[in-house]
Amino acid sequence: MTYLSIRDLSVRLKGGPSLLRRVSLDVEPGEVRGLVGESGAGKSMIGKAVLGILPPSVEITGGQILLDGTDLLTLPPKDRRRRIGASCALIPQDPLTALNPSHRIGPQITDRLVDILGWTRADAEARAKALLAEVQIPDPDRVLRAYPHELSGGMRQRILIASAFAAEPKLIVADEPTTALDVTVQKQILKLIAGMQARHGTALLFVTHDLGVVSKVCQYLSVLYAGMVVEDATVVDFFAAPRHAYSAALLAATPKYTDPAAGLNPVPDAVIDAVRAEVAAFDRGSA
Amino acid sequence: MTDLYQIADLRLSLADMTAKPLFGTAPRIEILKGLSFTIPKGAVVGIVGGSGSGKSTLGRALVRLLEPSGGTIRFDGTDITHLTEPDLRPLRRRFQMIFQDPMSSLNPRHRVGTIIAEPLRLHGLDAIPDRVARALHHVGLPQAFATRFPHELSGGQRQRVGIARAIALEPDFILADEIVSGLDVSSQAQVLNLLERLVAELGLTLAFISHDLSVIRRLCQRTIVLHRGEIVEDRPTADLFAAPKAAYTRDLLEAIPLPDPAQPWV
Repeated sequence: MTYLSIRDLSVRLKGGPSLLRRVSLDVEPGEVRGLVGESGAGKSMIGKAVLGILPPSVEITGGQILLDGTDLLTLPPKDRRRRIGASCALIPQDPLTALNPSHRIGPQITDRLVDILGWTRADAEARAKALLAEVQIPDPDRVLRAYPHELSGGMRQRILIASAFAAEPKLIVADEPTTALDVTVQKQILKLIAGMQARHGTALLFVTHDLGVVSKVCQYLSVLYAGMVVEDATVVDFFAAPRHAYSAALLAATPKYTDPAAGLNPVPDAVIDAVRAEVAAFDRGSA
Repeated sequence: MTDLYQIADLRLSLADMTAKPLFGTAPRIEILKGLSFTIPKGAVVGIVGGSGSGKSTLGRALVRLLEPSGGTIRFDGTDITHLTEPDLRPLRRRFQMIFQDPMSSLNPRHRVGTIIAEPLRLHGLDAIPDRVARALHHVGLPQAFATRFPHELSGGQRQRVGIARAIALEPDFILADEIVSGLDVSSQAQVLNLLERLVAELGLTLAFISHDLSVIRRLCQRTIVLHRGEIVEDRPTADLFAAPKAAYTRDLLEAIPLPDPAQPWV
């Protein structure tokens, strides 16, 4: 059975416009699916809907989020939270705001294991130390006692990756985990995430606006425009020949340093108009 | 071609607040370790490096938001290294800056028109409404945007307002510090195309700071690579991409994920 299966998920601003328009996608254990689109396309919204952390100003208006066959949206809130907490995790975008500046690193990894999943403190601490070693942090003992401000951005992101994998989740949502990092650190972090994901057999939803990154870490991708999936393809097929005009234009906008003539072309107005017309037609059809 | 900027043995050290004892003074750490280069009039120079390489510090020293601790910066023949604020004021109009994050560098309570007019007023210029209108026109924003607030604009539009504010003063030099790194690829392309056009139309000299070499390649004729406060490479961009000399430049290049699943990436 598909591990995560999102069927016709629709989300809107309460009393306002649609943010996701009947989004469907699947992720299997051991697979990485990229969610790509411009800012505001709804790619982070999908991850938030899955993890049950949508802002209070938006509401789910239809569809299913099937996690291991169970529709999360039909579960009572408490059961839903428990289920998500036990089997899913998030790697957030900004490692500085995601860590509490006034707490040491150690408890920020272990508290969840102890308080929510009922591990013993000793088990949780051993696990945290092993994970920091797995994310290639030298001297884990020192880092567990450190405060976030004592560590670099790359180190902080490694800690959040370790923390995400701590309870062996089946599904991880990575929300632009390398946007705040420079390219050399980005490369290390991406390789780390891909390696951990493959070793642990985790299903991974990878939110990014960088198609270069998608081509390195994902096997599948969904291209979004205005909350609508305009293309769902394997990475190999997509980069060989994107099917939708909008996703082709997005690919043409992605810079390529090996070829100064290619890339950095804005998405043409005609393509935007066409995809907007598609969205409008969709809205009329579902009204 | 004459040089707009002549930088010789530029050094800059800042207090290291992370190592500051509770009482007493913080130790100084040297961010820029003796940089020498020139920026000719009309040139578009890229400044790249990883985080902590000193690229933003260098930029801030060029527009004298920071005072160097050693060496000299000459701007159009004038030594501006240690000029006091009153002496700098008339020169400030000639070197302007565009900031990375337009949301935090545009006052959220002011309308776009006021934001662009403010520096014009500070410099005591006349015909301010005309200048604002011209600046909006140059960056391709409709005149109606003058009455909007920053939160009503998209990221790309906000960055255009940042550009309009800088060019409204008709400066000779613009420093752009990571101005497209917060934008998605399509807006990134639009802003870069705009900048390219403005440099040509207005005869600007531009220093473009970025950690993204693919953006630099598109825009800049010359590239300076900074690593830990030192220049490791300063060459025409095309040469640098064809055959990077410094190991660090090669690392930077190889770390860029190309949109191509076949690219080896080890």
